Amino acid sequence: MGTTTMKDLYLPEAATAVAIRDLTQTEKLFTFKFDSGRELGHKPGQFAEISIPGIGEAPISISSAPGHNGGTFEMGIRRVGNLTTRLHALTEGAKVGIRGPFGTSFPVDGEMLGKDIVFVCGGIGLIPLRSAITYVLANRSKYGNVTVLSGTKTPADRLFTDELAQWEKRKDVELLETVDTADASWKKRTGVVTTLFQNITIDPANTVAVICGPPVMYKFVLLELRKYDLSGDNVYVSLERHMKCGIGKCGHCQINGLYACQDGPVFRYSEIENVREAI
Amino acid sequence: MQLVCDEKKLTPWVDAVIAGNRVIGIQAKGDKFDYAPLEKGADLRLDFDVSLTPPKKYFLLPEEPLLRFSGEKMESVIEKEPFVLFGVHPYDVVALRQLDKLFALHNPDVHFLSRREAAVVVAVDVETPSANVFAGCLGFSHVEGDCDILVTKLDGEYLVDVKTDKGKALTDLSSGFSKAGPEHLKKRDAKWKANEKALRRHELKPKKEEIGDLLEKAYDHPIWKEKARLCFSCGSCNLSCPTCYCFDVADELEWNLVNGTRVRRWDGCMLEPFALVAGDHNFRKSRDARYRHRYYRKGKYVPDKIGEFSCVGCGRCITVCVSHIANPVEVYNAIREA
Repeated sequence: MGTTTMKDLYLPEAATAVAIRDLTQTEKLFTFKFDSGRELGHKPGQFAEISIPGIGEAPISISSAPGHNGGTFEMGIRRVGNLTTRLHALTEGAKVGIRGPFGTSFPVDGEMLGKDIVFVCGGIGLIPLRSAITYVLANRSKYGNVTVLSGTKTPADRLFTDELAQWEKRKDVELLETVDTADASWKKRTGVVTTLFQNITIDPANTVAVICGPPVMYKFVLLELRKYDLSGDNVYVSLERHMKCGIGKCGHCQINGLYACQDGPVFRYSEIENVREAI
Repeated sequence: MQLVCDEKKLTPWVDAVIAGNRVIGIQAKGDKFDYAPLEKGADLRLDFDVSLTPPKKYFLLPEEPLLRFSGEKMESVIEKEPFVLFGVHPYDVVALRQLDKLFALHNPDVHFLSRREAAVVVAVDVETPSANVFAGCLGFSHVEGDCDILVTKLDGEYLVDVKTDKGKALTDLSSGFSKAGPEHLKKRDAKWKANEKALRRHELKPKKEEIGDLLEKAYDHPIWKEKARLCFSCGSCNLSCPTCYCFDVADELEWNLVNGTRVRRWDGCMLEPFALVAGDHNFRKSRDARYRHRYYRKGKYVPDKIGEFSCVGCGRCITVCVSHIANPVEVYNAIREA
């Protein structure tokens, strides 16, 4: 293939931050729209590379469901490094560069259809899972029972509190929340996210579990799921790595021989069970 | 098309190539050899043992611009300036072939591929085996293609095997060539056979095709810890490697804080922060995990992608490693004995 007509996959597309709101002290939710009017066209679980010229670029998961309002898409971003600190200083109308979407997605239109779904979210793991949860709830009749287990360090770290309140009210979704460390205001459970499993039942023949959280969380959640004899074929995990290029070249996101940016970030657990660097 | 010329005619031909082209050629650098812009044919040293730095540096530059920006406006920087890379050993030709596959795979990388398209690669069969070369064990001591011209020194003559139109454009610049005969090809075959033996300063016991399977069973082998104990995590093995291609991406801002360049630069999986993510979690924190990753990449991960063993046996890592732990032959031999 000649290179003359080849697209530069490193060149971001211009996008505008059409809305920015605080989620917590350290996380903000950005709503972006491509200046070209093109839709991002992502699937739940995918990510995009966001950049500010002069500061840099970073992979960020997409938090809205496909088909969000008027071609916009949302990204929940924690303030943790140079780029994200700068992003947090942006005001509405600011321009950024976006490349993507990249990577694999949760099989919301595949293996998850007709199944009971258990979402397990630790901390900002809720940000990518919100895309799938929102999609499932918007197409509620296509799935069986839907359970959301969500844990954060403290009540102040809870994300999307308005949506959590809505989910709590709905009769067709069971939301169970916990915090590691409670304060005086907290009336619900206290303990790590795995303690929520004692409150639910899982039918191993008809359930898909979807997990995203801090690296340490996965093995403990998988142990809980194993107690229900849930097969690894029915467990999907979204794994964090630093996907610098997003196109399977730079090598930073490798999990043994897999590239989180191309083969992931969403993996079926049975396919990475023996990949030693994965969990 | 196979041509021959008297050995005295080679330098005038190279001078003719220099007159009309940007030429990078292998030259002496102190008591070693490296690539540099070639000013005159007489400076070309086709008798070199190994170049200090691998030829990949002309296609994936140690640092290169990907984009230039002014405020929010960003545009691609695609380098297409033609050049001739003169004097590439067969094992490094194999390395370039592998990088071609990797940069074209799934998501073609226009920056790398444009540079490759703009280049004319003149390969040369090895005259002087380097101290640590083991390409002969891997079948990479000679190549039949994947270059534009292959030059082989025979008795008092050079066989100049023209593989492509780009190569022919260069040989057309000299009238000193005549058509090669079967006797020349016979001599070259003998040279290839001799080089297969000579380019074996270390003897790899497993076949390269077996190494992927051996690695499958060697994840917990003591060799990783044993060797990595002495690793400084300096990344010299990565930087000197002709097939390592990992890179970092960073923005360089000019003094006006408006204009700048997004660059990529060589990175290395042996460096401590290579797998670091936000919040200071390092997914490959220990030296032995990083050390192991490199040998898995050469022996399994990349071969699984492109169907070729991804260490070409140049021996540069063995030479540059200050702790003497980077010999792939020692590693792959050890996991065979486990």
